[in-house]
Amino acid sequence: MKRRNFLTLSTGLGAGAALAACGTSGPAGGGGTAKAGEASYWFLSGPPGESVRTGAVERFNKANPNGQIKLTAFQNDAYKDKLKTALGAGQPPTIIWGWGGGGLKSYVDGGQVDDLTDWFGQNAAVKDRLFPASFGPATINGKIYAMPAETVQPIVLFYNKQVFADAGLTPPQSWGEIMDLVPKFNAKGIAPFSLGGQSRWTNMMWLEFLFDRIGGPSVFGDVFEGKANAWSNPLAIDALTKIQDLIKADGFVKGFSSITADSNADQALLYKGKAAMMLHGSWSYGIIQAQGGSFIADGKLGYMNFPGVDGGKGDPNDTVGNAGQYLSISSKASAEQKEIAKKFFTSLLDDTEQSDWIKTGGVPIIKGADAKLASSPDADFLKFVYGVASNAKVFAQSWDQALSPTAAETLLSNISKLFTQSIGPQQFADNMNAVIGK
Amino acid sequence: MRTAPPGSNNAGGSGSVSWMAWPALIAFTLFGVVPLLGVLVLSFSSWTGQTTDIPFSGLDSWRAVLSDPDLPHALWVTFLIMALSWLVQTPISILIGVFLAARHRYRAVLAVLYFIPLLLSQAAISITYKALLDPNFGLGAGLGFPFLQQDWLGDGTLAIGVVVFVVSWQFIPFHSLIYQGGVRQIPASMYEAAQIDGAGRIRQFFNITLPQLKYTIITSSTLMVVGSLTFFDLIWVLTAGGPGGATQSLAVDMYQRGFKANLMGPASAIAVILVLFGLLLALGLRRLGGRDQADSQLEGA
Repeated sequence: MKRRNFLTLSTGLGAGAALAACGTSGPAGGGGTAKAGEASYWFLSGPPGESVRTGAVERFNKANPNGQIKLTAFQNDAYKDKLKTALGAGQPPTIIWGWGGGGLKSYVDGGQVDDLTDWFGQNAAVKDRLFPASFGPATINGKIYAMPAETVQPIVLFYNKQVFADAGLTPPQSWGEIMDLVPKFNAKGIAPFSLGGQSRWTNMMWLEFLFDRIGGPSVFGDVFEGKANAWSNPLAIDALTKIQDLIKADGFVKGFSSITADSNADQALLYKGKAAMMLHGSWSYGIIQAQGGSFIADGKLGYMNFPGVDGGKGDPNDTVGNAGQYLSISSKASAEQKEIAKKFFTSLLDDTEQSDWIKTGGVPIIKGADAKLASSPDADFLKFVYGVASNAKVFAQSWDQALSPTAAETLLSNISKLFTQSIGPQQFADNMNAVIGK
Repeated sequence: MRTAPPGSNNAGGSGSVSWMAWPALIAFTLFGVVPLLGVLVLSFSSWTGQTTDIPFSGLDSWRAVLSDPDLPHALWVTFLIMALSWLVQTPISILIGVFLAARHRYRAVLAVLYFIPLLLSQAAISITYKALLDPNFGLGAGLGFPFLQQDWLGDGTLAIGVVVFVVSWQFIPFHSLIYQGGVRQIPASMYEAAQIDGAGRIRQFFNITLPQLKYTIITSSTLMVVGSLTFFDLIWVLTAGGPGGATQSLAVDMYQRGFKANLMGPASAIAVILVLFGLLLALGLRRLGGRDQADSQLEGA
């Protein structure tokens, strides 16, 4: 037994070192393992979330001098890689921040995270105050493996009211109207839609809505449940064809496939009036507020749920996006560390944290949070998001989070090809059918 | 000059000091050979990278990689970037190296200026170029030059061109430095003799400088070719393998499989393929130099 442990350890280290040597190895160290009696917590850096997360930990540490949490913040991609390396080396943090869904399932399959179902049973008060929909991505095989946290983030269709007013046009109420608007904006030298296409998941948001509006939630549902040839559904092909029609009509800003979402250039195109509309996560509101000058204060930002497609089966009240963010407890942590983590969970989304999130333009996943929203200067947007999240009969999780990492990567690479038109709808469906259930 | 017996070229190779090689050998074994073997072992596993025990699956990963329809494309992209960056870098590096080898004070200043790109991190360079080439907020849009307003990174062919350009921009200083050293080793007496025979500067360059640089060219080319196999951060930051997979080289493919798709087995198989290619190319280039390559080129040595 001992020898086997040694072997696995040394090969694991070897692979990590070899792969790390291929690039700049990112933030090294970072204090992965916490001392005894101290739980570690890794999450994403950057505004607006980092300061809220840090604040929550600092308040907890102040109130619990005997059970401290040690936090480390990472950039998005660096975090995913660092976490993967740490899990593979058997040294994950006590509290793992994540998106739930397929990623969480891969931790569950690897026996990396604790089952929290019983704990939620004993602590009904913790569970009952959260949005029920937020538990969907935390639940794997009927068991809850993560604590839903932070904010609800549906994907929203943003638009620039100024640009619409100057052009004498009105926001689209259907897919047909979207296609009609495209030549009108192009004639004025304004891109109809902003898009940070190099990030790939940005393109995916379009497919998520088109699949839902045309075919309803069951079209992607079949893929998710692993039914053979689910991507070849005629309604799926219709959605894929429609998105390529929009690309061919120059619906997206020139050069969209070289723009990254990380740089926030897509939001800049919208608030600088170079693009009329943008389909993006509700978190864009906070980014535009931070970087767009007086754009929001001047009342120029418009927003709506994605419109329906004529003759489509889907309900235009449905939405997609992140029903919450997720905190899991590493199965490798000591009993003491797990206790600290659970205690921390009960302190989450207290009044201070709720108002911190509201200040960033986010809606906390707390039932009745709408009562707190009215006093915010962003009350209109926040009420809109609360309405979308609570009125949606189906709040679908983003595809790349819902699927396993293996299937998600194939999906994203094929979406990139679909949007640069190097493959057509049929080829896309064939490529994707090959990884169903993987 | 060419008659030295084999073995006499390993400077001071008497047994008494060979222990001095041990630290390097130990470091190489620990950080070179062991991880390499680790990757080889992993290529026969179906490890997801998220667990501490590693399930073995025989040849599955190799089968998956070798039958992947995207593999020929990734090989082609890797080869294209390698060939183009060699073709761009070599002539420019030789010219700059020859220019800098002459001894004038102002050239020392220029040499420092030329050297700056090499001191910058690849990620920083890529981020800078990405900002400059942005179709909406970059140099082209800012200055209003129509020529610069291309969709540099959003068009497959242009994106390859940009990658080669940025690679060359960063590494030409390094190779110029190698060539500068090479040129300075050429005995001045050869040029003096050529001048007496009435050869001009261009003739001297082609008949003396270039042939004398043969081994320097081979060394520099080996570094370029083998190094280009592992270009990753630059491509990743600039294009992330896009648009639509146009710049998906083997190294990018390896990263995406390993760290994005949780397929450490196939990713390790690609890593092994990269190592094999690197070895083959390095050996091939060594053969070009002939048997006397390892001998000292110094006069009288």
